[in-house]
This record gives sequence, C-alpha cells and structure tokens, in this order.
Amino acid sequence: MTLSPLSRRVLAGLTFGVLALIYVPLLVVVANSVNPSQSMTWPPDGVTLEWWRRAADSAGAREALVTSLQVAAVATALSLVLGTLLALALQRYSFFGKNAVNLLVILPIALPGVVTGIALNNGFKGILGVDLALWTIVVAHATFCIVTVFNNVQARLRRMGTSLEEASADLGAGVLTTFRLVTLPQLRSALLAGGMLAFALSFDEIIVTTFTAGQGATTLPIWILNNMFRPNQAPVVNVVAVVLIIFSIIPVWLAQRLSSDVEGVR
Amino acid sequence: MSLSTSAPAEAAAVDRTPAITLRGLRKTYGDVVAVDHVDLDIADGEFFSMLGPSGSGKTTVLRLIAGFEQATAGTVDLGGVDVTRSAPFERDVHTVFQDYALFPHMSVLDNVAYGLRVRKMGKKERRERAQQALDTVRLGHLGARRPAQLSGGQRQRVALARAIVLQPRVLLLDEPLGALDLKLREQMQVELKQLQRELGITFVFVTHDQEEALTLSDRIAVFDAGRIQQLGTPREIYENPASAYVAGFVGTTNLFDAATSQRVLGVAGEHAVRPERLRLSPGTDTAAARDGEVRLEAVVVETIYLGTGNRVHLRTPDGVELVALEQSTGSLDTREHRGEDVTVRFARADVVPLSS
Repeated sequence: MTLSPLSRRVLAGLTFGVLALIYVPLLVVVANSVNPSQSMTWPPDGVTLEWWRRAADSAGAREALVTSLQVAAVATALSLVLGTLLALALQRYSFFGKNAVNLLVILPIALPGVVTGIALNNGFKGILGVDLALWTIVVAHATFCIVTVFNNVQARLRRMGTSLEEASADLGAGVLTTFRLVTLPQLRSALLAGGMLAFALSFDEIIVTTFTAGQGATTLPIWILNNMFRPNQAPVVNVVAVVLIIFSIIPVWLAQRLSSDVEGVR
Repeated sequence: MSLSTSAPAEAAAVDRTPAITLRGLRKTYGDVVAVDHVDLDIADGEFFSMLGPSGSGKTTVLRLIAGFEQATAGTVDLGGVDVTRSAPFERDVHTVFQDYALFPHMSVLDNVAYGLRVRKMGKKERRERAQQALDTVRLGHLGARRPAQLSGGQRQRVALARAIVLQPRVLLLDEPLGALDLKLREQMQVELKQLQRELGITFVFVTHDQEEALTLSDRIAVFDAGRIQQLGTPREIYENPASAYVAGFVGTTNLFDAATSQRVLGVAGEHAVRPERLRLSPGTDTAAARDGEVRLEAVVVETIYLGTGNRVHLRTPDGVELVALEQSTGSLDTREHRGEDVTVRFARADVVPLSS
C-alpha cells in the first residue's frame, strides 16, 4: 500500500506525538534525578549526583529494592516451572475441560489488579487464615506472571510441532529424556523471553502488591508511593523511579530480541 | 547398480516369523475412519511399499506400526510380539520422517548418535558408531555441521543414518523422498535399495509415487479410503490390477466399463489395457483382426512427445477414448498427427478383467 506524502506526514506526526506523550514525562523524571533544585525547577540549572548518593544511602529504598528483586525472582522461577508444565499439558495432551483450563490460566492478566488484590487478600486472610507476608506477594504475582511464560511456551510448542518429540521417542527416548534433550533446548529462548517479561511485570506491580503485602514487606513501587508526597524525599523518589525504569526496560527489550512470538501481554 | 527386485518368497524363507503382522487394524478420529480392516504380513528383510493418494490411510498405518497412534481396534505384532499398546520408545522400529525431524540444536553427529545416547552408550563408542553410520550414507565429513547448514538430500541421508545406526529390524520410511527434486530422488532411490539389501533389514516405505513403489518394492499394498485395495508384487499390481481404482492409480491405463467392454471387446465386466500394449498403424489398414487380437479404428486426438516416446490420445468413431504409448525407435515418421486415422491393435491376452 502506498501512502500520499500528506498522509505520510500526518501519520508520522501522530506517531511522534503519541510517543512523545509517553516518553517525555519519563525523560523529565530521568532529568530531575540529576536536577540540583530540590523543588525541581525547570529548566534545571546544572547537574548533580547528590540525589543518587542520598538514594544509595537510604536504607528504606535499598531494602525495598532488595525486596522487589526477591519477589520478582521467586515469582518468575515459580512461573517458569508452572507455566511450562501448563503449556505442555494444554498443547501436547487432550483432556476433559482443556479449553476451560486454558481460559482460566490466561484470565488473571486481564482481570483488574484491584479485583485480584481483594480476592487474594480475602483468600489469604479469610479462607486460608494466614498472615500476609513476603511469600503472599510472591504467590499473588505468580498468578499473572505465569501467563507470560505460558503464552510464550505455548506459542513455541505450537510452532515446533510434534515431529521432533516423535523422532526422539522413535529413537528410544522416554518422556522425560525427550523433554530434557529435545523439548527444553527448543524452548530455551521462549522461556528466557517469558521469564523476563514475568520479572518485569512483578518488579513494578503495585495494586495487587498493596493488598497482599504483609507488615514490613515493602516493594520498591510501594516505597515510591509512600514517599512521593514527602517534600524532602521527592528527589530521591525520582532516582528510584529511574532505577525502576531501567530494571523494567532491560528485560522487555531483551525478551523482544530473543523471541519474535511474544504474544499479547498488557 | 541394478534395480532388480529380490522375490519376497526368498526373503521370507530366511525367517518364517513375519517382521510385522497387522490384524484387523482400525483407526478412527471421531467419526472419520482413517484405516479399516487392514490385515498384513510383512516378511523379514522385505522392501514393502504402501502406495496411495494422500488421505488413503497409508501414513496412519505407518504411525500405528511406529506407535505414534493408538489403534482403535486390531493388533500390531513386531517379530511375533504384540506391541499394540507399547509406546514408540519400546518398539524396535525406527522411522525416517517426511520432514526428517532432525534436532536443530544438535550437530549432525550428535543427531546420529542420539539413539545411542539415550541407550546410555559411552560417548567415545557412540561417536565412533555414529561416524560409521555417517560414512555409510557418505556424509562422514559433515558431522560437525548443524542440520540447517545441509541441503535437502543431505538431511535425508542424516535422517537415514540416525535410524540405521541403531540397527533396527524394521525401518519405516514416510515419503522420505517427497521433498527432493527429481534427479536427487532417483539417485536416492538407488541408494535406498542398495542400503536395504546391504543391511538386510525390513523397509516399510510409504509413498504416493507409483513409479517409486514399482521400482523399489518387493511387494506393494495399494491403499484407498483406509483399506488395502490390492496386495502383490509390482508386476502383479501393474499387470493384473484388481480393480479400476488400482489400474488407474498405478500407471496410466485404458479402462473399459462394462458396456464398452461388451461392445468393443465382446466380453462381460470391466476391463483394462495398458497403453504400451496398444500398437498403432497409420491409416485404416484393412487386414482383419487375427486370432486373439482386438482391432479398432480411431482418430488421433493429440500426440504428446515424451522424449522416450510418444503418448497418443485416440478416439474411436463411437466415442471410446484411448491412450497409447509408443516407444521412440529413432525415426521421426512414427509420430502420429492430430486428426489422422489410425488402426489400433492389441492382444486379448493383454486385456485384464477387473473385479469391481
């Protein structure tokens, strides 16, 4: 399809406008993290690393970062195992209720976080009768992190077909050997892509976390929310935000490069 | 490099137990019947082909033998042992897949050594054995490559080596030459036949190419609609097709339905005559039909030059369409032209009665 010069220019302008709307505020955050003025006057009259130093010294921010990394790592590991098993079951075997299970697995990514959060909060406290803690955040995050792994692995399995696995069985390999030597190596980049997306999802999740975090379990996004409106913490919050941006962008960017079949996430 | 086929009786004499026995085999997918009433004994050391169009059930039978599909009814015996419910990895048969199914993340050598690896053979020994198998298919120098770096014909050979390195009693080949171009296909046919004779193992070969089946096989089963339509040596299948379907699928043929048979040949029932049995002479030659000969007058509708000869399409005055094959004898004047009158003769002995 060929476009006229005018429509090309209009489309280019729109694209630029939308991208600017998304990224200019992000750039402002990055710039403010080195803005010498505490009240973030614009334009900044210089560059300082003072806020970065203060952020590094802030025990609260540091602990929150470690908590977030822990939660994201464990939730991702859980999702990798469960998501892969689910994808294998749904893609390679047929059983009663298969389509229903497929829908139920995908659903958490579409459910509003506030609904998931309230439901899990009730589930943990009311039904299971357990105290909220760090592991309750992990479980809560895993419910939607599974989806990214599941989607990636399922797409890969579908594209791979069954002939490699059949060839392996034909040559004498049992089910587990086939998985270890043939299926898993074929899934590697899909697992990497799905895992990184899962990590990024968990790392900056805030709503579900609010409802499922126990006393003292503060993730980085929660810490930001709590400190945003304290005037003397504002510059440090900017620094933490930049850290969050970096931790979120890198995995998504890597995931996109590793896998061309990353399916609709968010 | 002769392609002569060894008689199946000869091979069967070596070992009386059939390599493969199928009894009452049936496979359905929901309401679709893929395979039905398949009874078959494949002798040890036999080159056996399953021939049929796509959807005729031949590949399903192969997959039932390999164990990728579970039979709805009936039994599969390998060397006298019932394996109907066994998993593929429990069966002493190996498959060469249509798409080769080479493991893309392994080198060619590791692909070939895979079966030995899962049998827990030591690394050194399995590499030696894999190298030997690669040498057998003349790819000994490409062991370090990845499958993606090979041509179609080379991948085909790797798939073969991967199966034969395990020295199976039975090798299943699912349209193994389907993806190759004509020249390579003919070359691989010769190699397959030689390999089968050297190794002395049973080949079950699935193909939709009737010429391939005729030239390679000791025996052929012609499939249609999930059933075996005819079982026999290539000669039997070609010379004495059991039905109009087989006559039409294996080679080209002149079919006479019951009415035409009665009118033209003076006999009841359906009949077939191979095109190469028809002899043409130009003009209306008035010599009467000799004993045991059928004489027809016809007009040339089209003559197609085939290189090795001509295919001549004819029509008799009462509308019967015929095809004749003339071997090129070197002189150009044997070529019939459109609209010319010719006289067609063929021996009654070449007229094959069809059962249905």
